Amino acid sequence: MARGMFSETAIKELEEIRRRYPDSRAALLPALHIAQREFGWLSDDVMRSVARLLNLTEAEVKGTASFYSMFRFRPMGRHIIQLCTNVSCMLLGAERLVDLLKDRYGLEPGGTTEDGRFSLVIMECIGACGTAPAMLVNSDFYDNLTEERIVEILERYK
Amino acid sequence: MERVLLKNIENPNSAEIDEYLKAGGYRNVSKAFDMRPEDIIEEVKKSGLRGRGGAGFPTGMKWGFAIADPKFPKYLICNADEGEPGTFKDRPILERNPHLLIEGMIISAYALKAEYGYIYLRAEYPKAKEILDRAIRQAYERNYLGENILGRDVRFHLTVHQGAGAYICGEETALIDSLEGKRGQPRNKPPFPVNVGAWRMPTIVNNVETLANIPYIVEIGGEAYSKIGNPECPGPKLYCVSGHVNRPGVYELPMGTTLREIIYTHAGGIRNDKELKAVIPGGVSTPVLPASMIDCRMDFVSMPKAGSMLGSAAVIVMDETVCMVKVMHRIMKFFEHESCGKCTPCREGTGWLRRILESIEKGNGRPGDIELLRDISEDMMGKTFCPLGDGAAGALRGMLKHFEYEFEEHIAGRSRCKGG
Ligand SMILES: Cc1cc2nc3c(=O)[nH]c(=O)nc-3n(C[C@H](O)[C@H](O)[C@H](O)COP(=O)(O)O)c2cc1C
Repeated sequence: MARGMFSETAIKELEEIRRRYPDSRAALLPALHIAQREFGWLSDDVMRSVARLLNLTEAEVKGTASFYSMFRFRPMGRHIIQLCTNVSCMLLGAERLVDLLKDRYGLEPGGTTEDGRFSLVIMECIGACGTAPAMLVNSDFYDNLTEERIVEILERYK
Repeated sequence: MERVLLKNIENPNSAEIDEYLKAGGYRNVSKAFDMRPEDIIEEVKKSGLRGRGGAGFPTGMKWGFAIADPKFPKYLICNADEGEPGTFKDRPILERNPHLLIEGMIISAYALKAEYGYIYLRAEYPKAKEILDRAIRQAYERNYLGENILGRDVRFHLTVHQGAGAYICGEETALIDSLEGKRGQPRNKPPFPVNVGAWRMPTIVNNVETLANIPYIVEIGGEAYSKIGNPECPGPKLYCVSGHVNRPGVYELPMGTTLREIIYTHAGGIRNDKELKAVIPGGVSTPVLPASMIDCRMDFVSMPKAGSMLGSAAVIVMDETVCMVKVMHRIMKFFEHESCGKCTPCREGTGWLRRILESIEKGNGRPGDIELLRDISEDMMGKTFCPLGDGAAGALRGMLKHFEYEFEEHIAGRSRCKGG
């Protein structure tokens, strides 16, 4: 099996995952998640590597990956802020948080700060409507956000 | 009512198998294994359980179709995509009662003769992924999963499969394509997944909450279960309440509880002593209801009579300060973003509707815009490949039915909202 650029642990993990499905294509989403965890984003080289590992064509990998909004196709900031602005969060002030990120960090939705510290992704509901507004920073979950609280939280991410 | 789905979740270790066993968990696996598979399906039919994923399809009937198909292997899929905005009811099961779901899946798999199961979990729930992986590992260690379960010659393997941020993958055929490693776009129906599903084999897709009801049905029997709540669609139900209420959260209540009771008795009424203006009862795909209609019962039978739907029981409560044009614009932005692009009426329709709503909200609305909105939604309704387009069009039509005057005020420049 072509190993490409993956670490031994990642290869092992993928082989174990592969066995749980009747064919190797089904392991594509898990493989892309592993790749994104390892490299931060999915470059053409990374996707080529995934294709080789799973015996798929590059077109199959890219065509699938590009459908999903949580896969990234360009370098991201060190920390990814995924902020929900859907109705329940909007009703409780998520827009003010978007404005604050703009004012305080120069962070636009879909953008990255100049120092590469944060990227901001606007989310379509992260299932935290009862404790809105809410966000994920990388894979850490925060809710009941206020303007003060979000700054306090983000200061922990350097 | 005794809690079934959210039992023991206050226990900080409720996700641990030992705590679950201590509270009587996994008992119903042994009980189910003493029954014949077809008898379990019979009990589920008798129970009257209807799917909690939104469509309310009778679970026993779905299972009957699947078992009647002679093809093997059969696959059991738990739909944990929970993407409908406002919905957060499956999350407490996934994060705090994972063994209840696993127990439900083991029993279901036994009844359906499925040896492989997948939990299709949205990637927006990374914590649930960790918790489920751990719970599944524990269940394997105790021989509730794997080969020769409890020495009873039953085999069931279970895997958590993460999505990657696509609302449409909650639709069962799109989910199956996504599980197969493809773009998550809906398939034509028929054939239905119960006959031609994952890897072209019979596949049963059920929502998290649906599967979490199964152990209880085995425990008390279909007959007793059918007496809980509204007899036309019985059972305990998770209602998730968000927005302008004092105590937002997930409430387990008998199916058919009124919106009024949910909002005022359980969720503590409207925040800051404001007036209630409107409620989106079942997630943003379901038509809004004005405050005057909250005496309707939240179940699959009563809600359509009120002109809406139970959907995912995601109750979004809005007080008198809310601008409905703004809410509608945000909802349509969601649908435009999530339309998978496969069929024209949905892909183009959601875009057009969003652009018109945006211009009305910004104060650039033109006379005739409301008719145009109605026209476009008419051209979508019932004409899209899957119900996503219907949801988008239906939500808008609900808004216009009850709050058209607000759209008119915006267009006439008489609105109190500043737009944007
Ligand atoms: C656009 C769309 C999104 C959906 N999202 C979900 C979802 O997130 N979770 C879910 O359980 N069902 C969802 N459904 C319903 C599923 O297609 C399917 O009916 C359900 O999973 C069947 O399970 P049940 O019978 O237990 O309800 C969605 C349907 C559509 C059309």
